[in-house]
Amino acid sequence: MTWGRRLWGIILIKLFIMFAILRLFFFPDLLQRNFETDQERSDHVLEQLTNP
Amino acid sequence: MLENIDMSLVDWSRGQFALTAMFHWIFVPLTLGLSFIVAFMHTRYVRTGDEEWKKITKFWMKLFGINFAIGVATGIILEFEFGTNWSNYSWFVGDIFGAPLAVEGILAFFLESTFIAVMFFGWNKVSKRFHLAASWLTAFGANLSAVWILVANAWMQHPVGTAFNPDTARNEMTSFWDVALSEVAVNKFLHTVTSSFLLASIFVIAVSAWFLLRKREVMFARRSTVVASVFGVIAGIATIFTGDTSARIVAREQPMKFAAMEALYEGQTHAPLVAIGAMRTDTTRIPNPREDFIFKIEIPNALSYMVFLTPSGFVPGITDLVYGNEEQGLLSYEEKIERGAVAIQTLKELKKARDRGDEATYASLREKFEDPRWLDAYYQHFGYGYYKGRELKELIPNVKLNFYSFHVMVILGIHFLILSVIVLWLSLKNRWGERKWLLWVALITLPMPWIASQAGWLVAEMGRQPWVVYELMPTLSAVSRLKPGAVQLTFWIFLVTFTVLFIAELKIMITQIKKGPGGK
Repeated sequence: MTWGRRLWGIILIKLFIMFAILRLFFFPDLLQRNFETDQERSDHVLEQLTNP
Repeated sequence: MLENIDMSLVDWSRGQFALTAMFHWIFVPLTLGLSFIVAFMHTRYVRTGDEEWKKITKFWMKLFGINFAIGVATGIILEFEFGTNWSNYSWFVGDIFGAPLAVEGILAFFLESTFIAVMFFGWNKVSKRFHLAASWLTAFGANLSAVWILVANAWMQHPVGTAFNPDTARNEMTSFWDVALSEVAVNKFLHTVTSSFLLASIFVIAVSAWFLLRKREVMFARRSTVVASVFGVIAGIATIFTGDTSARIVAREQPMKFAAMEALYEGQTHAPLVAIGAMRTDTTRIPNPREDFIFKIEIPNALSYMVFLTPSGFVPGITDLVYGNEEQGLLSYEEKIERGAVAIQTLKELKKARDRGDEATYASLREKFEDPRWLDAYYQHFGYGYYKGRELKELIPNVKLNFYSFHVMVILGIHFLILSVIVLWLSLKNRWGERKWLLWVALITLPMPWIASQAGWLVAEMGRQPWVVYELMPTLSAVSRLKPGAVQLTFWIFLVTFTVLFIAELKIMITQIKKGPGGK
């Protein structure tokens, strides 16, 4: 295998792991997933920040 | 709520972020620096038509390509982590990060990715001049990409050009230029970029030294060395100059980080600079635990002079910053904690008033967040409020780590400059390569710029602990309330993935270097 092909292989596998596995199963955007509106997100963060 | 937070969650989240950032940073500085060195070599080829320069350009371009391909997009993982592990932080800073990163995405990323394809595949397919332009635009694009992420980082170190909106719990940009052109941002960019040029120069010098040691491709190695040593000398001087400015800015804006970098506990005028030292932890003293020097070599007055350009300048120590120093106008951390707690309580009452529809109370509290005197007296200490009832030592960064990282970075930086000067001097006299031991020194130096570069980031990021956004948001309020086990799992997944990628990078790089400029 030429070095160029090997590099393309590494790039594709890496992007697959990042976007199809890590992003999808391990790294949801919590505020986007758990709340529907920005108002709800603000309220949630305010709640977290003001209850030390 | 926060007193119940599992600190192992904070530590694992920080560890995961540090692991990702440090892995990403293996590739970035070489990309930033090597892109310009390649563009310069390419220019020599186009100007002279000398096939040796074409061979040189193609070889280093290939190594640049390997590094770029393995490293590209590893930084995106950091953005995943913002949304998952640091959701409070992500919301709190959203608008500030949004603008610079959007500019990066639209401008720099497209510039870089478009022209990088022309650069790699354009040989004999596009005109020589257009091909050369693609090499330069790739270099500028790569460095332009760095501008915006460094601007975002600089804002976290020194939040300016923004106003906190208590209704949305977000910081909103009031001046793009104040954010983009703050002294911290400009200096951070310059120091990062010049040190990356230095790293790439040492990389080229070291790899070329390997060829000279084996008496292979001598012309190629000598020419590469001359280009790299010129870059190295210029970048080395610029790195020291920007580093010096950086230290002065840190002393003014983040005095605790500066005190930790020098392990300075008691503030003083005529403060000496510790050139070299070794420490041990003394757990019996305050602030507890305290690092004491086993031995040190000091330069008298140098620290005061470095910061204030006069030996009589007072450099505050850790004790002055924690317990306050009336004479120097320094508030104690206890006082800052009280004021921060008032700011948090005000925000809490404002939310309650808004939720129950009490417009009069809401309006009077809302006014405070627009009153510059109240903001100066209370809101600027907002983050300290989270430490009410906690130990003061949580507000002190790791002194030992900061001291050693800072000194390793500085000592190695000086070594790189001296090496570049010697290499350039001998190259110009056509005597580089005569002394084998010097070639070995150059070769052994190969991994050191990465150590120095990572050490620099350790100082920048560990030195500002516990703050994610300086004095406004500590790590314990920024972190998402996840199960520590979930964060540990992704930490180990990253460690394995990154190790595999790093081994692949090294293997492919070494194979291509061994094949030499003539290899396919």
